[in-house]
Amino acid sequence: MLTVNNLNVSFGGVKALNIDSFSIKDKELRVVIGPNGAGKSTLMDILCGKTKPNGGEAFFKGENIIGMSEYDIAKRGIGRKFQKPSVFTGLSVFDNMLLGLKTDKGVFSSLFFKLSGEQSARIESVAKKVGLYEHLSKPAGALSHGQKQWLEIAIVLLQEPTLMLIDEPAAGMSDAETEKTGELLCELGKQNSVIVIEHDMHFVEQIARDKVTVLVRGQILTEGTFSEVKNNQDVIDCYLGTPGSAQTVSR
Amino acid sequence: MIENTINTTDAKKDRMLYIAFIAIFIVLLPVAYKAGITDISTITLWGRYFCFVIAAIGVDLIWGYTGIMTMCHAFFFCIGAYAMGMYMTIGNLPEGAAVPDFMKWNQIESLPFFWLPFKSMPGTIITGIIVTGIVSGTLGYLIFRRKIKGVFFAIITQALALAMYLLFSRNETMLGGSNGLTNFRYLFSFDLHSDNVKLGMYVVTVIVMAMVFYLAGNITKSKFGKILVGIRESESRLRFTGYKVVNYQTAVFIIGAIIAAIGGMLYLPQTGIITPGRMDVRASIEMLIWVALGGRGNLKGAVIGALLVNILYSVCTSLFPQAWPYILGFLYIAVVLYPRNGLIGLYSEISEKVKSFTYKKIQYADSKQS
Repeated sequence: MLTVNNLNVSFGGVKALNIDSFSIKDKELRVVIGPNGAGKSTLMDILCGKTKPNGGEAFFKGENIIGMSEYDIAKRGIGRKFQKPSVFTGLSVFDNMLLGLKTDKGVFSSLFFKLSGEQSARIESVAKKVGLYEHLSKPAGALSHGQKQWLEIAIVLLQEPTLMLIDEPAAGMSDAETEKTGELLCELGKQNSVIVIEHDMHFVEQIARDKVTVLVRGQILTEGTFSEVKNNQDVIDCYLGTPGSAQTVSR
Repeated sequence: MIENTINTTDAKKDRMLYIAFIAIFIVLLPVAYKAGITDISTITLWGRYFCFVIAAIGVDLIWGYTGIMTMCHAFFFCIGAYAMGMYMTIGNLPEGAAVPDFMKWNQIESLPFFWLPFKSMPGTIITGIIVTGIVSGTLGYLIFRRKIKGVFFAIITQALALAMYLLFSRNETMLGGSNGLTNFRYLFSFDLHSDNVKLGMYVVTVIVMAMVFYLAGNITKSKFGKILVGIRESESRLRFTGYKVVNYQTAVFIIGAIIAAIGGMLYLPQTGIITPGRMDVRASIEMLIWVALGGRGNLKGAVIGALLVNILYSVCTSLFPQAWPYILGFLYIAVVLYPRNGLIGLYSEISEKVKSFTYKKIQYADSKQS
């Protein structure tokens, strides 16, 4: 599905990312964890075309996507959800989803676009899935933070991507919302490949049914199941902090 | 659909508003003139206002909906006006003259090549629109491709407006220099000094404005229009959703520019003169003020704003001409400070308040009863 080789990026001399190899299979749900500044979001930025790496390659369905523009990558089936919810606040929830819908996205076809019954049904079913069906006519700006996160997931979902990149979906959510998001992600992982970045270990435990990748200082420290990673001494040292440090005490 | 039921009452209200608007300006005003209540100069004045309204609709599409601050819109307006001016200059040449006077003074004996398409009316309209499209399209594409936006876009377009102002002011450009194009008497064989022709021009302008408004309204309601709002609110989200944003930005820039050019074409026969002064940076900024005052991102706002500022201009310049720049500046500051969405925004805010007030009253009465 996706294979990354020798990827490296540096920002002004600082090596932000240096990955020898990273790959995920079809319909795999991969969780990427790591301390702040480990390069998790940078990895996603590269995979969706936002950041250009200094070197390396990333093959998606056999095609090297490095150097492609954002919309070319999106067209090939990679959808990105950002850490900070980015939705179109002035448009209704329905229109937000309409823009995500997988159709011809050229200027002329948008000018003469007619919504078919099938497409409208698809939007409604996705709205039900993310719990926004009652809010379809509301402006997106009036939604709560958690609902905006779900709306953005819905926009990405309607693109019908084969690989979804989801950056900290549970950030700023209540416990109930977080759990609902977890269920949603698990369901998505059954149909598409999903990469999720997350900080919250309880949340990771809920969704990590396949492998977990630990990224530290731009490099992959280890990969394995959640319990393997959790009990790995290197991970505990690097990610959770050494015993006695502020991080471990507060947890 | 949930969406449709909510919007129908608003749509009905809007339709009534449009019918009333058309009735007033296409029927009532001409009838008032025929009955001798208003004079022809008032009619022509309104005709000129509506040319500005057409340009304002273009500004609103580019700035209000898409969030691209354009500072050369008056230039596109002037391309239309100059195109019509060239056609009318050729049509009004005195018997036996091959070129207008200002060319003779420069020892030019035959019309320069770029004047040739303007010998006929269809040629004028088509060339005017195509030139506007090519200029705005090239400029837009080159800038948007580099993802330049916001203040930088404003500065580049401002520089273009200034450059064009200087270019058109030169005698060597063969467009009349700083005196512009003027001295027209006839459009086809209609005498522009006759009152009936003036009334006709006014009616044509209102009809074209209504058509532009209708088309622009359909654009904003289409998926294309929603994408424009999407560009304003989160350009990157749109890009990662698979849209080639640069194409949309260029498209709306071309559409807005052509709308302005159409306004300019109608403007010239009613004013009788076009000079480079019309395309200077201040003129473009004034167009932004119209839209800001009326309400950005709302076509009705553009119409109201353009009309209001121009009426105010006419009133103020006849009462206290010196004060106009201060009034305009004050208006702009007032609009930026409060409310954010201009008069339309103010209106909806007030009606919301009234609604919630009456709602509270009902609640209060209910609680008293129980």
